[in-house]
Amino acid sequence: MDPIIEGVIRAVDLILVGDPEVLTITALSLFVSGSATLLASVWSIPISVALALRRFRGKRIAKGLFNALIAFPTVALGLFLYLLLSRSGPLGYLQLLYTPWGIMAGQSVLVTPIVVSFSTSALESVDPELRSLARTLGASDMQTYAVIIKEASWGVLLAVIAAFNRAFAELGVAMMLGGNIRNLTRVLTTSIALETTRGDIALSIALTIILLAIAMSLSIAINLARKSAP
Amino acid sequence: MISCIETADVSKNYDGTRSLDGVNLRAAAKQTTSIVGINGAGKTTLLKIIAGLDAPSSGAVFVDGREVNQETLRTHCTMIFQRCVMLGGTVYDNVAYGLRLNRASSQDIPENVSSALALVNLDGFEKRKARKLSSGEQQRVAIARALALERDVLMADEPTANLDPANAMIIERALKESAGSRAVLISTHNLAQARRLSDRVIHIYRGRVVEEAETSRFFANPTDERTRLFIEGELQF
Repeated sequence: MDPIIEGVIRAVDLILVGDPEVLTITALSLFVSGSATLLASVWSIPISVALALRRFRGKRIAKGLFNALIAFPTVALGLFLYLLLSRSGPLGYLQLLYTPWGIMAGQSVLVTPIVVSFSTSALESVDPELRSLARTLGASDMQTYAVIIKEASWGVLLAVIAAFNRAFAELGVAMMLGGNIRNLTRVLTTSIALETTRGDIALSIALTIILLAIAMSLSIAINLARKSAP
Repeated sequence: MISCIETADVSKNYDGTRSLDGVNLRAAAKQTTSIVGINGAGKTTLLKIIAGLDAPSSGAVFVDGREVNQETLRTHCTMIFQRCVMLGGTVYDNVAYGLRLNRASSQDIPENVSSALALVNLDGFEKRKARKLSSGEQQRVAIARALALERDVLMADEPTANLDPANAMIIERALKESAGSRAVLISTHNLAQARRLSDRVIHIYRGRVVEEAETSRFFANPTDERTRLFIEGELQF
């Protein structure tokens, strides 16, 4: 039988029986990338509010920088963070290297430009008259920002989902900061890379199907919810 | 309630262009004042400064003879825009939004919303999606939203531009009724509307007040040549 077809059949079997290793790897991936995205959102959304709604010197340069950083290679970022977090590095005392927390920290840095750039665009696309309207109805600065963020909430949510997908599907940071240690830092992408090089195509395909299914179903669900929203 | 709002030598520059040039204006409570002029004359800029949405480059705004800042102005004034913006959600959400911002009692909000909607013939529209309404109905919601706040000064920037006569009539009636308890300032290039609604009319031309008079005198006997030409529809842009 064709090894790919054979791989797909075994992959489906692994998923359907709930293979413990597959489940562990998937759960860790969801936890690490989900936490990294939420963490990045905590600082990225306020940054995008400032970039979209406030006037300050260097605003255009800052926006350009965040846009450019979206394309930053994950391996390069992984190396940079590895040097920071390694025992002899300036942040070595945190002992994050080769832990899930290390991957989480790295992925949160990786997705920050995505959340910032996409959220800024979403906030800038809100009708500028809304700001005047909120103010003339008595809104403070914070209340005005709140109503603008609410109007842009779907766009901001899509930015967060795009960031999650980026974190969930990246390899460089997870490999370099996590080290692909079984039952500790092994996530979907590092497992796929490892199993492929070891020749276990079926497991690679199973993990790839899960990776794609989660990433795509999340995006599709959000888009469907957005269409049915008022 | 305040008795009047005034501007003193208000000027505004945008990118080196003078939009307003030393404007002095007085709007008294329980009176409707129309600001007329061709497009780009500076009417909207003036309203935004009085509403506290924009700062003058020079000059000041006074409430009852006391100079006030933008923040204070926003506690006295509210404004209806030419292109009304609806918040997401229902008509109720839109009208209640300003009331909540101004800490109205949650028990009073439903009644206040209903009363404001009744003023613009939108009784029973509370649960309708605001953005699904026609442009005329949306403008009426915008007026109800502003009236619900019961501010001292209501400003309307071209409130009936591009609306059908039926919606325009309802809006004019609501503005007229609201003038019984506050100062109303309307910016319009619709002279017939200014004549119907106003106690006083101010003509702005290229950022300057060129004529200000009680309505009947303004139309019957304008002293400025540009105002006479504007009334006759012959003023060159």
